[in-house]
Amino acid sequence: MEKKWFTISVYSENSVGLLNRISGIFLKRHINIESLNVSKSEIENVSKFTIVVYTTNEWVNNIVGQIEKQIEVIKAFYHTDEETIYQESALFKIASSLLFDERNIQNIIKESNSQIVTVSRDYFVLAKTGRRNEIDDMYQQLKPYGIMQFVRSGRISVSKAEMQISALLKEFNQ
Amino acid sequence: METLKKEKAASTEQGTIKISGAEAIIHCLLAEGVDLIYGYPGGAIMPLYDELYKFQDKLTHILTRHEQGATHAAQGYARVTGQVGVAVATSGPGATNLVTGLADAQIDSTPMVCITGQVPRQLLGSDAFQETDIIGISTPVTKWNCQVTKASDIPEVLAKAFYIARSGRPGPVLVDITKNAQFEEFNFSYEHCKGVRSYNPYPKPNLKSIEIAAELINAAKKPLIVFGQGVILGEAEEQLKALVEKAGVPAAWTILGLSALDTEHPLNVGMVGMHGNYGPNLLTNECDVLIAIGMRFDDRVTGSLDTYAKQAKIIHFDIDPAEINKNVKADVAVLGDAKETLSLLLPLVNANKHESWHNEFKEKYKIEFDQVIKNDVYPTKEKLTMAEVIEEINIASGQKAIIVSDVGQHQMIACRYAKFKQTKSNVTSGGLGTMGFALPAAIGAKMGAMDREVVAIIGDGGYQMTIQELGTIFQNKTPVKIVVLNNDHLGMVRQWQELFFESRYASTVMTNPDFVKIAEGYHIQSRRVSEREDLKAAVQEMLASKDAYFLEVKVEKEDNVFPMIPSGASVSDIRLK
Repeated sequence: MEKKWFTISVYSENSVGLLNRISGIFLKRHINIESLNVSKSEIENVSKFTIVVYTTNEWVNNIVGQIEKQIEVIKAFYHTDEETIYQESALFKIASSLLFDERNIQNIIKESNSQIVTVSRDYFVLAKTGRRNEIDDMYQQLKPYGIMQFVRSGRISVSKAEMQISALLKEFNQ
Repeated sequence: METLKKEKAASTEQGTIKISGAEAIIHCLLAEGVDLIYGYPGGAIMPLYDELYKFQDKLTHILTRHEQGATHAAQGYARVTGQVGVAVATSGPGATNLVTGLADAQIDSTPMVCITGQVPRQLLGSDAFQETDIIGISTPVTKWNCQVTKASDIPEVLAKAFYIARSGRPGPVLVDITKNAQFEEFNFSYEHCKGVRSYNPYPKPNLKSIEIAAELINAAKKPLIVFGQGVILGEAEEQLKALVEKAGVPAAWTILGLSALDTEHPLNVGMVGMHGNYGPNLLTNECDVLIAIGMRFDDRVTGSLDTYAKQAKIIHFDIDPAEINKNVKADVAVLGDAKETLSLLLPLVNANKHESWHNEFKEKYKIEFDQVIKNDVYPTKEKLTMAEVIEEINIASGQKAIIVSDVGQHQMIACRYAKFKQTKSNVTSGGLGTMGFALPAAIGAKMGAMDREVVAIIGDGGYQMTIQELGTIFQNKTPVKIVVLNNDHLGMVRQWQELFFESRYASTVMTNPDFVKIAEGYHIQSRRVSEREDLKAAVQEMLASKDAYFLEVKVEKEDNVFPMIPSGASVSDIRLK
């Protein structure tokens, strides 16, 4: 079976222990979570997990079924990359001296559409939001000059199609 | 609740009821209709036990000899009554000892609520004495779990626990309650849980899919029903029988579906799976429509999925959406409670007979009878077989007993040969295969069905895993009938070693104690049989006894269970020898 990238979106109650329950579903099936983000959602008091996996259609279907079965999960969806708008964010901490000594650094900042978040005597911090490959490109370009610290967030995504989540909650409340 | 209100109202100012968290637990249990629980006390659960002492006239607590025994007893109770079984344990080792029972209840969809004590709130995370993260440990083996650290949360959490345990596809729930929450006083009131917004236990049946299912069934020339425990859990036995009879479809059962349809019903064609019957296994790969009802296509049922019923259209009735397409892809999926979906299906199904298709099952049965069943049930060799013991129990009990089996060869034999007229009569550890399940489960089954005969069928290996529960039987005078089929081996593992590991019998020979003497030590009437001529009288004596009775039957040491689908092989590769 062909493996693909899938983004799993989970709408849930904000409850202690649910992350453990959900991660256990992946653990049991030996499927690696490539990235994970938990935040509030468009619905008040409903959390949203965004989980990225590289697996087959069969497995993602199985996993989403098991996730949705958890009591505190309201609804879970999965989408291929083509079906979503998605982004990641990264922070680069770089020595301030480079900003003046290496002309190319300024070009990289401009061309990558990244922002300078802060500048101090010793270091400055660049923020970049975009696709994984854009962040990777920027990383490769900065690497020769020395990156003091680097971190990248999990994927966040919204689906192109509607996720029928508010309707579900409305139905329950009636 | 009423008595509680009367008792307490006088002592409170505005009629509110201020009680301890521990007492609240009792009132929650009573409000949920619980009058019997199993458990084992210890430090962190002592406040609850103190209240149990005060409420012993309303709520019976059965002290098992191990917390695992408490879970299996609660399961046995739940399986025969359809009610939620309850087990209580202390923190730390008490809680970890529940894990096997939780896992068993999870995979076999048994409604159970376990309540554990926990160290006081302020000690959580300090590695206190008998502190263990039972929420973390039990997460993969519970339908839901929750830790309570303040008394005022107890009623809502327990109400939710019972609702979740029994609704939809049932399962085990664990509620961990810190000791401070048991001591704290608060204003108690109780409301039953009527729903959880993120949880949809009863998916609405889709009428269109039921219509398509009916069309497929009506057009089928060789339809086959495979029914599982979903029929029993959904109390859809009548609807199943009506469907089988109206559409004239042969029906086979999974190990947990056993007893949902009279075993001697002319359309009941036997068991599917690894040690199931020859006909239904072989013909799974010849049917044109496979109607799966409340079953989950376990690997022990399907064998190799690559060669499982590929020629057939699959109709899958289940309440759990996660089971659809999990192992076997359904051409038509009908979600919902079996009673509801089958009721909707029935009027759309045409009356049919499928006689020649039936004859194929009869022919296969004849082959199996000649090559396997005859020798199992009516042996000519000297040593006793397991199957003839089961047959004697069938005869002596009039097929009315509840059979609780453990795990191994005796279990397969019990499930193959026990006859049932009544539903909820077969209690066994199907999914998890928990050796040691039967003795404590039989205690729970008996307490849940005091008017019925309960016979535990156990191997000599599994018996010794929870043998201490004889103490529970003795103390409570529980009239359970215990049959140990002793072959002085871990028989099923020995069989696999013989067939697949070139007879290297690694650690499967058991040097057993004198089981009769052990039973006598607990003052349980007991008898050992090793000769055929004594068997009938011994079984009759056992069933005639009003008290608990232990019967050890020395059986042939190296018998194998057949038919058999070797692990990973196709159902059509079923072997008769």
